[in-house]
Amino acid sequence: MNSLKRLSGFIWIALGVAAVYMMASQAGKEISAAAAANKAVLDTKMFWYIIIPIFAPIMAGLCLFGWYAWKGEYDVVARDSEHLG
Amino acid sequence: MTSTSTSEPMESKGLMKVITASSVGTLIEWYDFYIYGAMSVIIAKQFFPQDNPTAAFLAALATFAAGFVVRPFGALVFGRIGDIIGRKYTFLLTLLLMGGSTFAIGLIPGYASIGIWAPVLILLLRFVQGLALGGEYGGAATYVAEHSPVGRRGYFTAYIQTTATLGFFLSLGVILTTRKSVGVEAFNDWGWRIPFIVSIFLIAVSVYIRLKMAESPLFAKIKKEGKVSSNPLKESFANKRNLKMVLLALFAAVMGQGVVWYTGQFYAQTFIERTMSVEFEQVRYLLCFSILAATPFFLVFGAWSDKIGRKTIMLAGMLLAILTYRPIYKMMYTYSDAKAKTEITESGSKGVAVAVAANGDSTITTTTVAVYTDGSTLKTVKKEVKLADASRPAVKPETTKTLWLSSGGFWMIAFLVFIQIIYVTMVYGPIAAFLVELFPTRIRYTSMSLPYHIGNGIFGGLTPFIATRLFDASKTTENPGGDPYVGLWYPILIAGVCFIIGLLYLPNKNDEDVSD
Repeated sequence: MNSLKRLSGFIWIALGVAAVYMMASQAGKEISAAAAANKAVLDTKMFWYIIIPIFAPIMAGLCLFGWYAWKGEYDVVARDSEHLG
Repeated sequence: MTSTSTSEPMESKGLMKVITASSVGTLIEWYDFYIYGAMSVIIAKQFFPQDNPTAAFLAALATFAAGFVVRPFGALVFGRIGDIIGRKYTFLLTLLLMGGSTFAIGLIPGYASIGIWAPVLILLLRFVQGLALGGEYGGAATYVAEHSPVGRRGYFTAYIQTTATLGFFLSLGVILTTRKSVGVEAFNDWGWRIPFIVSIFLIAVSVYIRLKMAESPLFAKIKKEGKVSSNPLKESFANKRNLKMVLLALFAAVMGQGVVWYTGQFYAQTFIERTMSVEFEQVRYLLCFSILAATPFFLVFGAWSDKIGRKTIMLAGMLLAILTYRPIYKMMYTYSDAKAKTEITESGSKGVAVAVAANGDSTITTTTVAVYTDGSTLKTVKKEVKLADASRPAVKPETTKTLWLSSGGFWMIAFLVFIQIIYVTMVYGPIAAFLVELFPTRIRYTSMSLPYHIGNGIFGGLTPFIATRLFDASKTTENPGGDPYVGLWYPILIAGVCFIIGLLYLPNKNDEDVSD
């Protein structure tokens, strides 16, 4: 089980990176398409200007989670808050 | 391990008083927060005037989203205060901020009167609401949990969990009552302000109740012992052992819980109203019935989580949602899909009205009423403007559809929403106890509030916004109606990732002692 937890760490890191890349490329495509068609440019920009700054740091958190998992930090999870902090 | 979570066991009567005082305030905060979302379409017209109704709706949803996006910042600000000066005064402050900003929204003149200041002020007050809500929940959940006896924490904190849904229910009730009392036209014009203004009375009652409460016994104990954290933010997020748990809480539980909650309770409403075009009051009535019937299950699953563990119930709720969302929404959509229905042609009607403006432009309004064998009625109003001066740019025709469901359709959709809210109760009922048990007393308010509000405010709160956006993006020239179910991929994907992480990394053991 612990090896599965550690190996999955790579998946969470990859997922975090892929999500940011996909968001950025989709934003680029949609904003260019809207500008070319001169249709709903402001709405398209507004959507992506909200989404990217919000989700990018969270995806960085997912990468960090994956890193910790890969390093075996979650092999034993302290279920008692006494052992934290 | 001690036998209770508090230094002194609390009598059940005293505990119910604590729960009532905490819950009433939280309920009112949710009420304040939801009335804005519930009236986003009206607010869009009053404060965000745009020719394109979808753009106007998105603008309002963006403001709705603004309320959600700032919630994690509220969690940091008020979580820190709550861990330094105490739970009681912090959630009194959040209550006052929330009530004041809601009341003020009800008083702001529209765009027609003060121009750009109207949307700017709305946006600012919405930010304050988001900040206040970000500080409220963690305080209330922590306060109740720190009073609860061992083995019943899931059950007692589930009362706090009901407040989000009951606040939504209260907001729908006040909106429907006001609309009925003043009439639809007056409601759309000025009556929508009443539910915002009413908030000031609810807040006054709640502040009065909360002022009478004592500080949490666990916080009072660590304060007396001089163990209060001097820098809860640093201890929560710069300490790897604690940060690890914050990340685990977010990605293994709260992220999935957030999307399941907001899909069942809010995206369902958006889908029924905008995609299915069901009439305003019918949508709200069916939501009221579904919410009322499902709310007791928060307590059922909260209590059950004390016995079989929080993880089992929360992950089961996520899995059920992932597997059944598409079939549920497909079933709901059949009640509005004209292609799947048989029209009674002799019962229908069609009328055309022409109005000529002073500048010579004529507006042709075509109203078609179609009656179907299943008892439903669809009214389609198409407005076309013929310009007197042909050199001016043409005005795009506007079509509005309103569907009145048959009694059978109404109850079936109410049942399908009820099922979705049952999933909400499974993932949301045990979450407060789960989060409280993950972190120590001195930094609990800060540590649990941040993942909660990222999961619910951002992943969950943006669900209607992102799903509506996906739906609109699926509309093409070949398929102008779009794919009505495409928006569901967002909650399914997020809940799916969360389910796998939760299954792999979360233990299913409850921490009995939270007095550390």
